[in-house]
Amino acid sequence: MTSTGSIIYLEDVTVSYDGFKALSRLNFYMDRRELRVVIGPNGAGKTTLLDVISGRAKPEHGRVIFGDHTDLIPLAENDVVGLGIGRKFQTPSVFVNLSVWDNVELSLKRASKGVFAALLERDAAGERERIAATLSTVGLGGKASLPAGVLSHGEKQWLEIGMVMAQDPELLLVDEPVAGMTDEETARTGELLESIAVDRSVLVIEHDMEFVRQIARKVTVLHQGTVLCEGPVEQVQSDPRVLEVYLGRRRETADAHG
Amino acid sequence: MPRREAAAIAVATLLLVVVLPVCNALPASSPLHLSDFRLNLFGKFLAYAILALGLDLLWGYAGVLSLGHGVFFGLGAYAMGMHLMLEIGSKSVYQSALPDFMVWNQVKELPLFWKPFYSGAFTLAAVVLVPGLFALAFGFLAFRSRIRGVYFSIITQALALSAWLVFNRNEMRLGGTNGLADFKTIFGFPLNQPSTQRGLYVVTAVTLVVAYLACRRITGSRAGKVLVAIRDSETRVLFSGYSPARYKLFVFVVSAVLAGIAGALYAPQVGIVTPAKIGVLPSIEMVVWVAAGGRGTLVGAVGGAFGVNWMQSWLTTSYPDVWLLFLGGLFMGVVLFFPDGVAGAIARAATRVSSLLRRSRELSGTGHPRPEPASRSPLP
Amino acid sequence: MKRLLLLLLVAWLAGPPASHAQSPEALKALTGLAVDDGDKREAAVNALGTSRDPKWLAFLGALRDGNVYARTQGKTVEVVIGGAKSTRGDAELIEIASAYDRKPLGIVPVSSLTEIAADRRLRIAIKPFLDADETRAQLASPDAETRRGAAVKLGHQADAGAAAVVEAAIAREPVERVRHALREALALIRLAHGEAAVRILAAQSLGTLHSFDAMPALQTLAADAGASPAERDAARQAIRQIERWSLLVRTVETVFQGASLASILLLMALGLAIVFGLMGVINMAHGELMALGAYSTFVVQNVFRARWPEWFDAYFVVALPVSFVVAALVGVVLERGVIRRLYGRPLETLLLTWGASLIIQQGLRLWFGAANVDVSSPSWLSGGFALMTGLTLPFNRLFIIALAAVSVAGMYWLLFRTDRGLAIRAVTQNRGMSSCLGVRAGVVDAVTFGLGAGLAGLAGAALTQVGNVGPSLGQNYIVDSFMVVVTGGVGKLAGTILAAAGIGGLNKGIEPALGAVFAKVAILVAVMIFLQRRPAGLFATRGRSAEA
Repeated sequence: MTSTGSIIYLEDVTVSYDGFKALSRLNFYMDRRELRVVIGPNGAGKTTLLDVISGRAKPEHGRVIFGDHTDLIPLAENDVVGLGIGRKFQTPSVFVNLSVWDNVELSLKRASKGVFAALLERDAAGERERIAATLSTVGLGGKASLPAGVLSHGEKQWLEIGMVMAQDPELLLVDEPVAGMTDEETARTGELLESIAVDRSVLVIEHDMEFVRQIARKVTVLHQGTVLCEGPVEQVQSDPRVLEVYLGRRRETADAHG
Repeated sequence: MPRREAAAIAVATLLLVVVLPVCNALPASSPLHLSDFRLNLFGKFLAYAILALGLDLLWGYAGVLSLGHGVFFGLGAYAMGMHLMLEIGSKSVYQSALPDFMVWNQVKELPLFWKPFYSGAFTLAAVVLVPGLFALAFGFLAFRSRIRGVYFSIITQALALSAWLVFNRNEMRLGGTNGLADFKTIFGFPLNQPSTQRGLYVVTAVTLVVAYLACRRITGSRAGKVLVAIRDSETRVLFSGYSPARYKLFVFVVSAVLAGIAGALYAPQVGIVTPAKIGVLPSIEMVVWVAAGGRGTLVGAVGGAFGVNWMQSWLTTSYPDVWLLFLGGLFMGVVLFFPDGVAGAIARAATRVSSLLRRSRELSGTGHPRPEPASRSPLP
Repeated sequence: MKRLLLLLLVAWLAGPPASHAQSPEALKALTGLAVDDGDKREAAVNALGTSRDPKWLAFLGALRDGNVYARTQGKTVEVVIGGAKSTRGDAELIEIASAYDRKPLGIVPVSSLTEIAADRRLRIAIKPFLDADETRAQLASPDAETRRGAAVKLGHQADAGAAAVVEAAIAREPVERVRHALREALALIRLAHGEAAVRILAAQSLGTLHSFDAMPALQTLAADAGASPAERDAARQAIRQIERWSLLVRTVETVFQGASLASILLLMALGLAIVFGLMGVINMAHGELMALGAYSTFVVQNVFRARWPEWFDAYFVVALPVSFVVAALVGVVLERGVIRRLYGRPLETLLLTWGASLIIQQGLRLWFGAANVDVSSPSWLSGGFALMTGLTLPFNRLFIIALAAVSVAGMYWLLFRTDRGLAIRAVTQNRGMSSCLGVRAGVVDAVTFGLGAGLAGLAGAALTQVGNVGPSLGQNYIVDSFMVVVTGGVGKLAGTILAAAGIGGLNKGIEPALGAVFAKVAILVAVMIFLQRRPAGLFATRGRSAEA
């Protein structure tokens, strides 16, 4: 029923919020170990796409299949995470009252994340090494004992990426990772995502076309809840429909952005 | 647990469990003598402190503010009170096997739900299970539907109001407004004997120490970190693979059980159980114990319960009109000026002193440069 | 002119044919009074009373008041009525007049008369005649309510003799409501005294009149073995008719009570919802701001009573804006003073405002005393509107419904039709951007909070008309209004309105079955179940989760 190569497969998915169709009969799929960028004007349904995959929004119609044949629709968010789908939010979301170390420790993949396991379990073998390795990957090795609340905006973004990586997911969902970052931070984030995509699938939502060009191999353009076109970045950029709906609207969306 | 903390707990335990009761047992002429009245008062405060521990776990750690813990306290107190009522037997004013208020209300037969409370073992189980199961059911509904933040607080306040109204009704067969009173014995020990009261005090103190250690165990585990994480960002916890609802339900039930135990210890020491301890005001007063003492630190919760109630027993006897003004001022003052309570203020002062010391050492060129101190982030 | 007509009506009703005025029985009875024998005297009173002649009744009134004397003139004993007394020298003189038509008979020494003392027995005998007469006189009162009251009383007395009077009154009665009561009275009288055919007609009439008062009499008749089957059938039929009507009345009444409670809840929740929706502040002192409004009303009332008693009825019109302003000012002080420092920390504001509520509450208790104070309704809010037989809607409740409607309309106008409202909504949506655009967020916060607080004051003023005013007034309602806010959801007035209607209606709907306490518990359960489906209330805005 599904192509064996795909990591995530959405078929005919419709999501509406109080009458407004955020996704409308959307078909979307991604290969394993693919780094995909989804772009589109505001309100195109990009974040809703992530909500559907991560179990946050329940479609009223359609199918969402993870891997070979796991139906994601009936699952709660934390169960989706347990299957191996990590999500990074647009605004940095870390535990400000816990240390950077604890942030990653809580995120580590575990057999059980239930209350009693968390209450009784001792630290697993190799846990410390994995946390340290994750922290050094995201460049926070020296700040492990600080409370996450004192990190800079960019550092929080990386910490959150590190936390998602610690979950050892097969599929990473990343929502506008470079919003509010400096050029240097943006470049480093791009490298980080590319290195992650070596052995995982990554789905990135981004507005920053510069950044998209840096990382993207294949780009999907969403418009009004459906896929407008899909292809390599150069092809998409020269597509007249994209220019019309996306770039033509950019000015408006910039105004509406607040 | 760090050695210094362990030592502090040992000293506090010794003081509460051994020294104070011994002082009470000394003859009245001794300068170290502690009056029966005082010891009984302390016993009451220690019962409150047990409740405060649970409330702190719930609010200070997980950021879930319950304005209805008086209900769980009341459930524990009523469970114990029912047993004590039945222990009176026919030594009551009306000399009936039924509790006096039932005779008064012309109840002919003991209601069915009273009967198991003849058994002491059942009563002790009920003290834990009734509030626990009730919290499990209530919390399940609340957390499952993601009622959170102020919504949860308001719902629990409505719970307190409803429970208070219900317990005031005579047809509940729980004594109505007057509640349960005139207890004579507890498990056969006469309650009017100082030795019984001393024993109750010791049981309460030991329970407090055990409850403290249990809570400490929770906060020290990874589950404790998850609770703090829930306070910071429930969504992130969810997307880290944990179910915040289950963790909140767990800590809600634990705090309800602690409240129930506190109520059960309170009942025989005070000698009366009335709906007055269940309502909206007492429930929110419990919150101020934790707030004043310092939420997020277990010691703060215990200290707050002790301090605020001591203040209350002093003010309500000396200046009854002032108490509510003081309580209101305490709420406002703590929230505005001491958001992490007395314990937090002390901790901050200690940090400042130690950083001053360190800086002076740095100036002499020995220390390492320190990172910026953690800015206090707003608590939820 | 109207007065005159009414007076003529009185004269017509009261003036019986003059023929039996000086009837021999009456005159004979009069002499019986002069005899020193209790039985005879009582018989005399009864004879005079049953004549129903107003002049004799006036005479009985004089007798009761001790103004009747006997004087012996030759062999005959004459009964006279005494008037003004005076003294000349040693002699005490008194004006006397004839017993029936009060013809002056000159001034005589008191010593020449014997007082006919009305003892207890006599007074008891006189009373029903005078009362009945009074009731009948009330039928001619210019006040419709008095006339209606008289009709109801006559119906209860079911005195066969009153039938003619009632019938006459029906013909003259201009007010439908009173005519209805009169018809009911007439039917009741006929049911009690008529022949079988008349009773059947009366029963039918009582059925169509939906007379609740007739239920006992009809039930007796329906169960009366001595009555004919047709009579019993008619009675049963009437009972069924009345019961159906009473069900309708109860339903309408419940709906009205629900609407009334809903509007009270709405008035209280409106201010809360605005402050919570627009500022994210849970204001636990809202109830105390209501109490402040109520006490302001109390103070305004006292000022009017002391200074301008002739304008007393106007006090409430003044009290409404005063309550609003007092509560709003306290609200602004609270907001600028303390709440301002805690934006974005709802649980802390909750505790802070709870603290403030304790202080205000205790302040009120120290200043005004712990006992409830007395606020009386202006005359234009007492009484009610008779909607249908058996159901009168009290004006004070109607007023609150109207006040709630006006407040909601005003709030919509303010938020969506004025610049100030635009600024409030702008700050709500994006504080930073609004500040950049020149909206002074601080001012907007103060105004919004003041508005919410003022609405609380207004609600408090309204509550004085339906409930007790005491220091803990706020506590009694605050939890209910929070349930409304929670159920309604944040930021949409429509949600608050709907939630108030739902909770108010549900509460009054189940109260008859469960009682007030368990109805409240049931409401909590209902809200919990409701929140299972919509955790953020009725009208929460849902959407994608860009923010974690």
